[in-house]
Amino acid sequence: MTEITEKARIGAPAIDGFTEEGENLSPANPDNSPLAGASAKSHSHGGGVGVPDSSRAGRLTSYKVEDFPVLTGREEDWRFTPLKRLRGLHTQALTGAAPSVAVTGPEGAERPAGITVETVGRDDSRIGSAGIPEDRVSAAAWEAFSEATVVTIPAESSIETAVGISVTGSSKDPSAQHIVIVAEKFSKAVVVLDHKGSATVSQNVEIDVQDGADLTVVSVQEWDDDAVHASSQQAKVGRDAKFKHVVVSLGGDLVRVTPSARLKQTGSEVEMFGLYFADAGQHLEQRLFVDHAVPNCKSRVLYKGALQGENAHTVWVGDVLIRKEAEGTDSYEANRNLILSDGARADSVPNLEIETGLIEGAGHASTTGRFDDEHLFYLMARGIDEKTARRLVVRGFLNEIIQQIKVPALEERLTDAVERELAAGNF
Amino acid sequence: MSTLEIKDLHVSIETEQGNKEILKGVSLTIKTGEIHAIMGPNGSGKSTLASTIAGHPRYIVDSGSITMDGENVLEMSVDERARAGLFLAMQYPVEVPGVTMTNFLRTAKTALDGEAPKLRTWTKDVKEAMSQLRIDADFAQRNVNEGFSGGEKKRVEILQLELFKPKFAVMDETDSGLDVDALKVVSEGHNRVHETGEMGTLLITHYTRILRYIKPDFVHVFVDGRIAEEGGPELADRLEEEGYDRFLPTAAKA
Ligand SMILES: Nc1ncnc2c1ncn2[C@@H]1O[C@H](COP(=O)(O)OP(=O)(O)OP(=O)(O)O)[C@@H](O)[C@H]1O
Ligand SMILES: [Mg+2]
Repeated sequence: MTEITEKARIGAPAIDGFTEEGENLSPANPDNSPLAGASAKSHSHGGGVGVPDSSRAGRLTSYKVEDFPVLTGREEDWRFTPLKRLRGLHTQALTGAAPSVAVTGPEGAERPAGITVETVGRDDSRIGSAGIPEDRVSAAAWEAFSEATVVTIPAESSIETAVGISVTGSSKDPSAQHIVIVAEKFSKAVVVLDHKGSATVSQNVEIDVQDGADLTVVSVQEWDDDAVHASSQQAKVGRDAKFKHVVVSLGGDLVRVTPSARLKQTGSEVEMFGLYFADAGQHLEQRLFVDHAVPNCKSRVLYKGALQGENAHTVWVGDVLIRKEAEGTDSYEANRNLILSDGARADSVPNLEIETGLIEGAGHASTTGRFDDEHLFYLMARGIDEKTARRLVVRGFLNEIIQQIKVPALEERLTDAVERELAAGNF
Repeated sequence: MSTLEIKDLHVSIETEQGNKEILKGVSLTIKTGEIHAIMGPNGSGKSTLASTIAGHPRYIVDSGSITMDGENVLEMSVDERARAGLFLAMQYPVEVPGVTMTNFLRTAKTALDGEAPKLRTWTKDVKEAMSQLRIDADFAQRNVNEGFSGGEKKRVEILQLELFKPKFAVMDETDSGLDVDALKVVSEGHNRVHETGEMGTLLITHYTRILRYIKPDFVHVFVDGRIAEEGGPELADRLEEEGYDRFLPTAAKA
């Protein structure tokens, strides 16, 4: 396996580059810092440009599109995105018909009892309760949506079956969508956002995880081949709450998911997982942000992606910010990519910013491996035929994420979807 | 009783400088139950012979033949050769991402036997073989060879030898990189299969020390793509004392 690995494990506090007050290591990702090192550049496999990131803490946020400069593609957070393929999401008024929203049970079954589903106007108090746009495309959607879907898991209720939010597109005109998921205090639920059909949509998903709640949100992108989807999924995580977020991107021409979790109350725990499989010509991008703003929270991030075919392109950027106040933070993020054929490119950029030395631990890892003839030879020399050998590798690699979802029906569907991807790519 | 027969084998590889002939007429016959040692200096073509038997696509057979009980091995794909009973313990086993040892071993066993092994006995067999080879139980959950040390990789090759029970095993420098204890453990692993009397072995090595544990019936000295001399175990002792010098052209003598 041709592997480029970088690992850094930071324990408090005697580390190069730290001062008593704690020093922000990341803003310029200095080449000599233990977090950047020689491999800071090699994180972009296939030729990404190493532009220094500015601190994630300082990023502009606004509900107004005009507050954001017009995109050029040179911005740090757009530098990997082919703007031309956004089909006007960044330039046009998002006035097209938004994809339809239907709230059901798992895989389209009957909606579980006990939850509340509302369609509300822009003035509803829950709008803006958990999120604020961080880029122009998200702000454009915020300005343009006319009604939002609010799904509420009532306080102290435990919803046994998964809640499905089916988002189905049928128009290619640039459109805006707004969804709010509220997990009230001490509630427990799994919500699956399921994107299908054809669309050009900028979407804001606000996720309010209130104190003591335990919420899993899975966002599955199985769009038709021509879909363009920008999705900002922002979670505000309350005291002692647990939040698990899973991104599964398989279908669509350009899919850009930007999930964030803001830990603003102590004792909360966040897990963020991702699985993506890019075919020839597909652009699948995920940029996540974990904001540790208070002491004693924990975050774990693992994204895994497979790529095959000419110009299959994936992007993973993992921003983890441990603010000065966030003492006792325990955080680890990793991204693993598996390139299955020539002509595919995986960009992977972990950004860990640590502003205090008084942490439990923080680390990141990024690997990009290539499945090549030597792997194939090894497996075949043990009697395994070529097709089985290739699938064995990909399945095994992606299964680690699928197993995290813990919704059996969905796991099965995703396993099948991965098989279809493999079959379609003649792999 | 099976026979693996290599006749006047000429093998070359494509290099940037053009075609390069590596094996220049190798003939060798191995029967079930026999242990053949191939010894030779670095670069003499030992691994090339091993990889050609296994069917690595890099090696081009220009002429000659490999047959097993009369069947043309050269016409078989890599996986067909394995299913026909050929096993190569590699000099440098590769790390396979994403596939756990457990999953790999079961998939291979199923492919080799044409049916899935009975779960209960299989799990027991794997555990037992692992403990005999002093491989930690938690290796079962790790990805194939990923992060294994050189010695661990070699043990895992022999683990497969024990579990897959091939008709012919080619062991390419399984001894290199092993300390004395590991060498013993690995040799015992081979010998357990050998004692069944159902396997022939082609043992490739640079040094004689493994031959203290695995006793060859025949020794072949391999030099510059050819077998330069053949004999019984006593030939190995002579090599131990004299080295390969007398086989090498004067200019190359150290
Ligand atoms: N891919 C390759 N490209 C160029 N030359 C090669 C390649 N593979 C093998 N060779 C050359 O072929 C010759 C035989 O190599 P081989 O690996 O078979 O030798 P060996 O006897 O196994 O050596 P060792 O004892 O070091 O394992 C060497 O000169 C080697 O450099
Ligand atoms: Mg060799």
